Amino acid sequence: MMLTRRRLLLSTAVVGGGVLLGYAATRPSRHRRANDSLAAAGQHYVTSWLRIDPDNRVSVYIPHAEMGQGVHTALAMMAADELDADWELVNVEQAPATDLFANGELVKGFATEFGLPGFLQGLVNVSAFKVAEVANLQITGGSSSVRFTGEHGMRTAGAAAREMLLQCAAARWDVPDSECYTSLSHVHHDASGRSAAYGDLAADAALLEPPASPVLKQPSQFTLMGKPISRRDIPAKVDGTAPYGLDAHLPGMLYAAVTTAPVFGSRVVSVDAADALQRRGVHRIVQLEDAVAVVADNYWRASEALKRIQVVFEQTDNDNVSSESIFAQYDRDLDSGSSKEDVEAGDTQAAMAAAVDIIEADYRVPFLAHAAMEPMNCTVHFHDGKAEVWTGTQDFLGTRGRVASLGDLNEEDVTVHFCYVGGGFGRRLPNTTNTIDQATLIAKEFDVPVKTVWSREDDMQHDYYRPAVTSRFRAGFDGAGHVTAWENRYIGQNTPPEAAHIPYAIPNQSIRYVDSDTHIPFGAWRSVAHSQHTFFLESFVDELAHRAGMNPFQYRMELLAEKPRYRKVLEVAADAAGWGRNVAEGRAMGIALQQSFGSIVAQIAEVSVASNGSLRVHKVTCAIDCGRAINPDTVASQVESGIIFGLTAALYGEITIADGRVQQGNFPDYEMVRLSDSPEIDVHIVESGETLGGLGEPATPPVAAAVGNAAYILTGRRIRELPFKNYDFTLPDILA
Amino acid sequence: MAAFWLNGEQQELDIEPEMPLLWALRDELGLTGTKFGCGIAACGACTVHVNGAAVRSCVTPVSAVEGMQVTTIEGLTQAVGTVEPGALTDVQRAWIDQQVPQCGYCQSGLIMAVSALLTENPSPSDEDIDRTVTNVCRCGSYPRVRKAIRSLASA
Repeated sequence: MMLTRRRLLLSTAVVGGGVLLGYAATRPSRHRRANDSLAAAGQHYVTSWLRIDPDNRVSVYIPHAEMGQGVHTALAMMAADELDADWELVNVEQAPATDLFANGELVKGFATEFGLPGFLQGLVNVSAFKVAEVANLQITGGSSSVRFTGEHGMRTAGAAAREMLLQCAAARWDVPDSECYTSLSHVHHDASGRSAAYGDLAADAALLEPPASPVLKQPSQFTLMGKPISRRDIPAKVDGTAPYGLDAHLPGMLYAAVTTAPVFGSRVVSVDAADALQRRGVHRIVQLEDAVAVVADNYWRASEALKRIQVVFEQTDNDNVSSESIFAQYDRDLDSGSSKEDVEAGDTQAAMAAAVDIIEADYRVPFLAHAAMEPMNCTVHFHDGKAEVWTGTQDFLGTRGRVASLGDLNEEDVTVHFCYVGGGFGRRLPNTTNTIDQATLIAKEFDVPVKTVWSREDDMQHDYYRPAVTSRFRAGFDGAGHVTAWENRYIGQNTPPEAAHIPYAIPNQSIRYVDSDTHIPFGAWRSVAHSQHTFFLESFVDELAHRAGMNPFQYRMELLAEKPRYRKVLEVAADAAGWGRNVAEGRAMGIALQQSFGSIVAQIAEVSVASNGSLRVHKVTCAIDCGRAINPDTVASQVESGIIFGLTAALYGEITIADGRVQQGNFPDYEMVRLSDSPEIDVHIVESGETLGGLGEPATPPVAAAVGNAAYILTGRRIRELPFKNYDFTLPDILA
Repeated sequence: MAAFWLNGEQQELDIEPEMPLLWALRDELGLTGTKFGCGIAACGACTVHVNGAAVRSCVTPVSAVEGMQVTTIEGLTQAVGTVEPGALTDVQRAWIDQQVPQCGYCQSGLIMAVSALLTENPSPSDEDIDRTVTNVCRCGSYPRVRKAIRSLASA
């Protein structure tokens, strides 16, 4: 992999020490600093992530955002299990957005696996962010919380704390450590019949140095991990009390409605706000470089006044850009032949020259918006030389840095309050949360709290989008019908870098990308580049199978002879779905497979054509090998969620560009799967016991190809451009 | 001036009659359990009950609920006659049993929509559910929503 300058910067910082706050590096001081600065009387931080109180309650501090993926519960389970804590006595707390709770395990996990992850790279571009600050992060992304923070941070913290508590009890009783054991938040010594609650030992334990290498449990010893435990965030989400950023309601607060330059990169030339200022409740107009805000005493009043404002935006070179011109540009750049290496294996050119049969196909996908249900918003209150912030974010520390930077404050003077995240999916990473920047600049003009709220249209038209991408394939077969050459040219360097790689045993591969920049802002969208490439790869592999005259399941199995984990996942999905056996009249099954974020996923979609010519997806059967399931019920719900997210994109998702701007604005023209078209979903977890894989994203990529592959079997038509809504499958000519 | 009954108590607000109920609830009264999602009645996050029926409050001007009974998620337990403080309705309990919410943002609206449906039709068919509960859940909690409704319908 190419070592870019950005990666080099982080690597240097890591090697230099002091930035990568792994457990060992923080050992001498972090929990002591927490005790000095944060603990109330009687409370003790035993390690960085755990606090034990005299009443024997344990608080686990989670350095990730809870956005429905169940991370508050899963990470607390991991710490509590290793600690041998009584789950009924465990509190889950959001780690404060301070350096003490920066999450080095995340950086280490990614540094080990991939190098600097894509969602961090943008941060380094922001000049105000030094590398040290970037590494001080609490980012939730890359399906990383459980497999990195949990597996390496939380479990270690729990195990270390357990050893420290046990040592304290043994010393107090003057018995060997080896005669003591822990269970349900107590240390016991059977020979003397003594036992002590963790709460009685915590004060002593906090004085010890945590052990450098605490012994972790074997899976057979787990008491919480692997069990379907109810999520701690759910009760507040059924009675309306869960606090989201948009719910900040503070005395004297004002509300800002904003209109932002419709063409990305354009700026405000002039504003006529005379009418708006006359309206009830309007306090002020705030002009930013690329936006104008009306600040009023109620969001509705602000947004109504905003409709009366006349804003002239400057013309730009991008005013004529359209989806058509972008795809034409992609084709020109792909035709130019100038490409960069992704994978080169064997001699693809020679194999292609020797091939007796070659098939070619061009695939395309459109831009996609995130459309999280909670519209973008951020409340900032500047007062007394400090700032307080309320917003749903995938990175509390990053948000603090952003507000401090734009608000001309020290980071220590910015407090980011806990909020649940009303949908993340990559939208709420701070380097792509333009609302935070606007809210900070607007609130800076006031000494009362100001809540900046984006309408649904603002969000859909000023998102950071999953890019539109074109991908071209050629495959060559030898005289025996075996595929010997795989050639792929696609637009844009991938995050994650392996998104266009294939697991299949094809000896000669040439996979290369072509740069073709547009003015449409790019952002991480659930599963990032896998979201498009799995559709491309698994559709084209299906084309190969049919060309070879083989069952698409069997074809994949044969090309995966040396990949037992992939084969197992495929087999489990096929068995559960009844592949080749249980297909109802008028329906067909399509299969797709992908490894992403460390998890291997196979999906089988059962599809029919409705009388109006649209595809109807009845059922999706999914097998996933994520190593081990920490909370199996959360695994299932994340898989269900990922499939519906991917299916929404496959069936309906399409952001189009005209006159340099996004044409869609709200749900009628950017439609979502709803209950009525939500398929039955059957999830099977394959417990391989291998290294933990991610869960938030891996179920999203395969479903589009699975549906398309079923549609091919059903109709004989190969769909190479999403979304499926653009076709009428009852017509002989596929293009609607 | 707008006057209506909110979760059993009379409210009088000095606001414009055309202000949507959603913003009267959220910004004027600080009842934030009712959510803003789309502003055009396309997603259902803002669903409340008006005289017991599910209504999308983002497009309902306060003048349209003059003198009526408005129930929000905060008043749901009281409205269905569960008097014990902190008690949950059957729908809310089913939501916990089936672990329905993910990010949770749309769930107030979903719970309000489903509660109104089950009051009117205690044993809805799948078609009834599909036709009535048209809320958007971006996390895709739909399979569990359906399971939760079925658990209540068969109870």
